[in-house]
Amino acid sequence: MVGAWPVPRWIRSLQRRPKPVLFDALTLQLGYNATLVTIGATLLGMAAGVGGTFLFLRKRALVSDAISHATLPGIGLAFIIMVALGGDGRSLIGLLGGAAVSAGLGLLCVSWLSTRTRLAEDAAIGAVLSVFFGFGVVVLTIIQTMNAGRQAGLEGFLLGSTAGMLRSDAAILAGAAALTLALVLLLRRPLTLAAFDPEYATASGQNVTRNDLAMMGIVLAVTVVGLKIVGLILIVALLIIPPVTARFWTERTDHVVLISGIAGGVSGYVGAAISAAIPDVPTGPIIVLVGFALFALSLLLAPRRGVMSSFLRHRSFQRRVHLRQGLLAMAQSQPIYEGLTLRLLRRADLVRPDGVPTNSGQARAAKAMLDEARWSIVRGDQSYEAAAALYDGLTDIETLLTPDQITEIDGRLAAPSEVPA
Amino acid sequence: MSIELATLNGQSADRAARDQSPLAIRGMTVSYGQKPAVFSVDMTVRPGAMTAIIGPNGAGKSTLLKAALGIITPLAGTSTVFGKTVARQRDWIAYVPQRASVDWDFPTRVIDVVMMGLYAQLGLLGRVRAHHRAQALDCLARVGMQDFATRQIGQLSGGQQQRVFLARALAQQADLYLLDEPFAGVDAATEKAIIDVLKSLRDAGKTVVAVHHDLSTVAEYFDDVFLINTQAVAAGPVADVFTQENLQATYGGRLAGAQMDSLSAATA
Amino acid sequence: MTGSEFVPLSLPPSLIGICVAVACALPGNFLVLRRQALIGDAISHVVLPGIVVAFLISGVVAKLPMLLGAAGAAVVAVAAIELIRRLGKIEPGAAMGVVFTTMFAGGVLLLEKSDTSSVHLDVEHALFGNLESLIWLDATGWSSVFDIDALAGLPVELPRMAITLIGVALFIAIFWRPLKISTFDEGFARTMGMRTGPLGLALVIVSAIAAVAAFDAVGSIIVIAMFICPPAAARLMTNRLETQVAWSVAFAILAAISGYMIAGYGPLWIGFHGSVSAAGMIATMSGVILGIAAVKGPHRQRAT
Repeated sequence: MVGAWPVPRWIRSLQRRPKPVLFDALTLQLGYNATLVTIGATLLGMAAGVGGTFLFLRKRALVSDAISHATLPGIGLAFIIMVALGGDGRSLIGLLGGAAVSAGLGLLCVSWLSTRTRLAEDAAIGAVLSVFFGFGVVVLTIIQTMNAGRQAGLEGFLLGSTAGMLRSDAAILAGAAALTLALVLLLRRPLTLAAFDPEYATASGQNVTRNDLAMMGIVLAVTVVGLKIVGLILIVALLIIPPVTARFWTERTDHVVLISGIAGGVSGYVGAAISAAIPDVPTGPIIVLVGFALFALSLLLAPRRGVMSSFLRHRSFQRRVHLRQGLLAMAQSQPIYEGLTLRLLRRADLVRPDGVPTNSGQARAAKAMLDEARWSIVRGDQSYEAAAALYDGLTDIETLLTPDQITEIDGRLAAPSEVPA
Repeated sequence: MSIELATLNGQSADRAARDQSPLAIRGMTVSYGQKPAVFSVDMTVRPGAMTAIIGPNGAGKSTLLKAALGIITPLAGTSTVFGKTVARQRDWIAYVPQRASVDWDFPTRVIDVVMMGLYAQLGLLGRVRAHHRAQALDCLARVGMQDFATRQIGQLSGGQQQRVFLARALAQQADLYLLDEPFAGVDAATEKAIIDVLKSLRDAGKTVVAVHHDLSTVAEYFDDVFLINTQAVAAGPVADVFTQENLQATYGGRLAGAQMDSLSAATA
Repeated sequence: MTGSEFVPLSLPPSLIGICVAVACALPGNFLVLRRQALIGDAISHVVLPGIVVAFLISGVVAKLPMLLGAAGAAVVAVAAIELIRRLGKIEPGAAMGVVFTTMFAGGVLLLEKSDTSSVHLDVEHALFGNLESLIWLDATGWSSVFDIDALAGLPVELPRMAITLIGVALFIAIFWRPLKISTFDEGFARTMGMRTGPLGLALVIVSAIAAVAAFDAVGSIIVIAMFICPPAAARLMTNRLETQVAWSVAFAILAAISGYMIAGYGPLWIGFHGSVSAAGMIATMSGVILGIAAVKGPHRQRAT
């Protein structure tokens, strides 16, 4: 029965291949082109990680999807124009230039539709990405009917293809990626400010429109440079996954930027190296999958924001709430309706299996009641405002007030309550 | 033999109160993240009264209402409507959400929004007949909006939008009306129109509960108040409970002195 | 153009195009109003990994396993987006971006590195579709439309798409009121006892079924255009949901017919030979329609 499953060729190739190849790739020893591509992918990943953070913090991550899909007609039209001018149409700079122009046009359409009509930005993004892509497909089919178009290889821009790349192209890519990274680092400060708090940025004299434009410029640059390495469908992953990954580890904007840059760089580096080491593995998908692996680890394991720790925290929180409510109900001789509350009380030996409160249960209930009375004084007294603001019904009063303060409050509890004037 | 036995008398009295109350909430705790927005709140609404839920911003007023209705899931606690779970008493409840909670650019007309209140009558596929339409128009007339029936909802002012929401609730012909900040950001004429409608409901024996934020009108508009700041602070008839002492306990130091003065004038 | 040419070569593809366009535009109205327009984007990207996995499991290039695989992938994607959004507290757009790019990358990798290259299953086909190839060889002219034997030779995509369209239309018609109420005011819908969570999921699944049934006719990316452009253009024409849906159906049909005709005959009109991608042209025409509505539509701007 196992035989019915075709063993994919790449698994067999992994089995055959000696391991050192991947090691060679990771240490940049697989030849000049592969090294340039790996360096380029690393720099690009860093630039995308940093640039994508601003997009993510502005909650506009998928704008990049519209931009990247909108490059397709530009690539095709640039090819046609270059052929019409007598070239062979395959100049990388020319094709990337065309991509940039039509992506910029797509971006304009998105912002025009979402500001000048009643359509929301997500509809504008979806419309632009699908229509531009559809038109791009039309242009590609025109190219296929051209004599020069048969070996155009423009399909490589869909999914990225770095195999068999010209040496000059590899150099251009590495250089462009380095430039993009430099641009991102240069604009980091104003963009952080604008992403974190647009209103404050305006108030402090920042030109938000210009910052937004700069942000989109970076996204555009990352997209265009990434076309050949990752491909236009997957380049958005490079802009989205690293910032989301980074967000799990920190609450600080500048740290998100830093971690995202590192995550993007690692994805680009490891992905490009694996792709260089194993034949016929397309670069783009591997980079994306490495990035996703980092994301999945963060989602599960990150302290504080990770799934594991929030699950554990939520459960212990829920138990504290139920226990406390149960104690208060006990102290006031009120019935307890919820099964979970009763189970928790029994398990903590505060209530006997038959439901009667134990001695320690009565003591804890009395203490909970006393604390409630103390809190109500704290909350009614302006001099305790700072402590009252922290009140959440669960925090132990001893952790927020000094013993002296508690003694003072207890004194008031004992005395007949006085009405504040 | 158990807690229930130990507190048998208290329990039966409590159960009787729950069964008769249009809305009874027990031990309600709701949390967004790690800080409870509502903590261990009990509330028993008096039938045929107008009750205001009062408290500072972020005190959990709207959250309490939404959790009681099952719109959001509480961490702990139960709520009953006339003694049964909310799910079994849907037809007795009409809920008016905050105006800002929906997209007013939605492509629909005023009359269509009011017709949404007739869903319980119409069901999935029931035909809309002339008497349904008349019913909807009648509800619009009760809030003074009959001339706007075919307007697109986005063209209305804030006050008019609020009145449309109230008309939709009227169309539900409920016994318990729950309103979330019905007077927030509305003009004086709308406020008057809404309170007149609510009072007429009360006079017809219905129960009204509203999240309210304007302390100066509480005594004029409502019979009962429920003071909340994450926890319940005090509850009961306005005359007994709406006191400076209780307000101080609810609002803490945040209640400005001037506001207190105007209140003492109002409550005196 | 004679019947003997039009009926076998152009009638089935245009009809399929119309069914695809309308089946996607109908749920698209609600997706656009719910700010979920890009769910269509996410779904259509994960169709590719779905069919690749289906092929690897079943070992055959057959329609049924592929449709199941694609539908399964759509459900997995929607679940993963929801899971990541809730567990990681990540905004929906970014959660979508993570999921669909990863699944697409996985699909491409499996495709490139497994033995599927020997069969007709390639990335471009999944992306662009091949509407033109869905011809009806048994037809000789208009009379064939009434000829049982000839009808048996119709491309299987046509009845499949027609059934999908009927199913989608029935879903929208039956759940019209809950869909409308919960799209406008979810909290209110819940107090009326509507299960808004399952209903929203059902809408997404119906959209996924439409996208999956459509992908091999028009390609997975271009399906997005049909989800978004006709409803978006229709929104700019009217302020009533009922009228908006009618406009969206009209726009979808217009885009399908004009796109198909221009793709097939446009190059000839301007003196070129050959034809261009019909699916691409349909998407382009839907964009043109949206562009015109955005400039001229009577209700293109917000009320205030």
